[in-house]
Amino acid sequence: MKRLFSGNEAVARGAFEAGVQVAAAYPGTPSTEILENIAQYPQIYAEWSVNEKVAFEVAYGAAVAGKRALAAMKHVGVNVASDALMTAAYAGVNAGMVLVSADDPGMHSSQNEQDNRYFARFAQIPMLEPSSSAEAKAFAKLAFEISEAFDTPIMLRMTTRICHGRGVVELEEPQPVRTRPYVKDPQKYVMMPANARVRRTVLLERMRRLAEYSETTPLNRVEEGDAEIGIITAGVSYTYAREVFPNASFLKLGMTNPLPMRKIAEFISRHRQVYVIEELEPFMEEQIKAAGLNVRGTDLQSTAGELSPDVLRRRFFGTVPKKAAGNDLPARPPVMCAGCPHRAVFSVLRKHRAVVSSDIGCYTLGALQPLNAIDSVLCMGASIGMAQGYARVLEPDRPVVAVLGDSTFIHAGIPALVNAVYNRVKMTVVILDNRITAMTGHQENPASGKTLQGEQVPVFDFEAVARAVGAAYVRTVDPIETEALERAIGEAIACDGVSVIIASRPCALVDRHQYTGVMMIDKDTCSECRLCLRIGCPAMSLRDGSVVINPDLCFGCSLCSQICPKESIHRTRVNVEG
Amino acid sequence: MAETINVLIVGVGGQGIVAASNVLANAALAAGCDVKQSEVHGMAQRGGAVSSHVRFGTAVHSPVIPLGEAQFLLSFEKLETLRWLDYLADDAMVIVNDYRIDPITVAGGKAEYPADIESRLASSGYGTLLIDGMKKAEAAGNFKSVNMVLLGVLAARLDLPIDTWKSAISRRFSGETFAVNWRAFELGRAAGLNAEP
Ligand code: SF4
Ligand code: SF4
Repeated sequence: MKRLFSGNEAVARGAFEAGVQVAAAYPGTPSTEILENIAQYPQIYAEWSVNEKVAFEVAYGAAVAGKRALAAMKHVGVNVASDALMTAAYAGVNAGMVLVSADDPGMHSSQNEQDNRYFARFAQIPMLEPSSSAEAKAFAKLAFEISEAFDTPIMLRMTTRICHGRGVVELEEPQPVRTRPYVKDPQKYVMMPANARVRRTVLLERMRRLAEYSETTPLNRVEEGDAEIGIITAGVSYTYAREVFPNASFLKLGMTNPLPMRKIAEFISRHRQVYVIEELEPFMEEQIKAAGLNVRGTDLQSTAGELSPDVLRRRFFGTVPKKAAGNDLPARPPVMCAGCPHRAVFSVLRKHRAVVSSDIGCYTLGALQPLNAIDSVLCMGASIGMAQGYARVLEPDRPVVAVLGDSTFIHAGIPALVNAVYNRVKMTVVILDNRITAMTGHQENPASGKTLQGEQVPVFDFEAVARAVGAAYVRTVDPIETEALERAIGEAIACDGVSVIIASRPCALVDRHQYTGVMMIDKDTCSECRLCLRIGCPAMSLRDGSVVINPDLCFGCSLCSQICPKESIHRTRVNVEG
Repeated sequence: MAETINVLIVGVGGQGIVAASNVLANAALAAGCDVKQSEVHGMAQRGGAVSSHVRFGTAVHSPVIPLGEAQFLLSFEKLETLRWLDYLADDAMVIVNDYRIDPITVAGGKAEYPADIESRLASSGYGTLLIDGMKKAEAAGNFKSVNMVLLGVLAARLDLPIDTWKSAISRRFSGETFAVNWRAFELGRAAGLNAEP
């Protein structure tokens, strides 16, 4: 049966067909749908772990214990998991273990563009790179075979266009689930120095055997064409190159660590000019050149940004596409939704002239116009850590505030909070608790009280945790009650020590009916001061110089009416459908 | 089907663009085509500009449409139409939902919503259909099925059998929601068949 699958759905299907039994992940665009789709197969245990390191360890433990397992994450998630990965490569697996890294060239929804192919090389594990949904499924299955045959974790590296692109996939029957017996083997699995030294030589020998495999596997294939131009490529870059060079010869690599150097040399020798076409870093090009072979690559390509057929045409042929009407158009940046509970927190923080370090989530958009409320964003959990550095350096009367989401706090905020209390910093942490991991498309987390596969569990108690680690001031407030929120933030900032505010209110998109009616502006009393526009709600706009609320978009959260000095904004019962 | 048909679907996050492109891609699959589709998720969904590429034909390589090669632009918001004109082939057809959503830059008074969209489109030289999608969707039973109205207009211009559309829409919606969406699709298709260019 043929189906149209995204790359992520295809990986999930591949895992199912390969007989995977345990899958773990932390949500992150563009990887999130892999676990959401695996969770649909009741045969497989699937979980949202609290962070990527834990997800990797859960999957790895399951593989060592004897069942095929998968961990999925976005590229920056592998940074978090890398501590476990580096040593897991030494110990090896038992049943197959696949680490899916979903990279984001072009940074569609990421803070950097890191090329995780280097992680496979760094950890010395094999890596497969699919070029389509069909290959995503096939490679996911094959990855488990390779992992078992060579006793190693393996990386399946995807990129945004493969993850979220759809293509035709042929469904196959799942393989019967096999369990490998678990045998206690401390020399293999206890990585203390004496054992690790032995495993290091096992690792190096394994990589030599994998290099031989890379030479012969049909994953690395030649598509014969013109002898003038040869192209060495992999992943989504292959599809762009095929589009732009329909007549060239291709060495299409499905396994890119370790590279098949003899095959590459042979291909190069048969073509007059060979180009390496790859996205981001010159990962293949540098290795090929280091082997003394003659190819062209980065001299024609930039290492920044996503490739596309257009980018290749411009770089190789200098074709500059026509420019039509679109240059002078107003930009349309993303915004926090109408009715978003986070917006209120930022408008209060701005009043306090606080230095605000933030984390990764919808609330990062609080850095944009018109809120302009955020000073720094680095990575998950960094808000609390960085704020401690700010507090050591800035004038003591300057309020230092870290804001981060419920999921982010649990992911990487707790150790940083402990550090702040332990080292006696004066700072405030605002946990924006909307009970969901919203930015990635609304995944459950411990604060939602529900697991990935729908099991009810106790809701994570932020107050109790903050008190338990010794925070000096702890309050839970409803951010939509602006006055109470303002009072609490004032008290928290005045407090001499670590203060924690939990601003708790469900995400507007998850609980769409938490307010009744919508807001309307009474034009008889409105003075057109435009103060309400400063909260940046997308339901509000200026039309012909006058403030209006679009009833199709308004959620009725009342934030605008709480700000209006003329009390001109009122709730109406006229509820639009939907 | 020899050549590759490229449809670019654009609009604002939250308008049902991804759902529409999935239905189109599934209809093309049901018609026996090779299909590739891609869009960008993530931050762009929060009211930002969204675009989705759908390509189908005998064999499709790249999941993104090259500049100057889209035969159809399906736009869910007036201003967004102008943003993507570089993608259009010379003989392209533009289908525009007659609906305005102010970007936050316009809402805050920092930028102007262009007043001359229609004349710019007229002078662009492309065949343009301006469709009152919201009204038709409401007539079908829910303003949210505007995406099916626009797909219906497109369907009138594409060479895909009607059954393939029906199966693609029923794959996505069931029961009463399917009925509403199918009505919206039919209203759009009628408008597409009756329209001029
Ligand atoms: S998805 Fe939820 S948390 Fe994110 S911006 Fe929208 S309302 Fe706010
Ligand atoms: S009540 Fe005001 S702030 Fe809240 S969604 Fe409606 S317009 Fe926006």
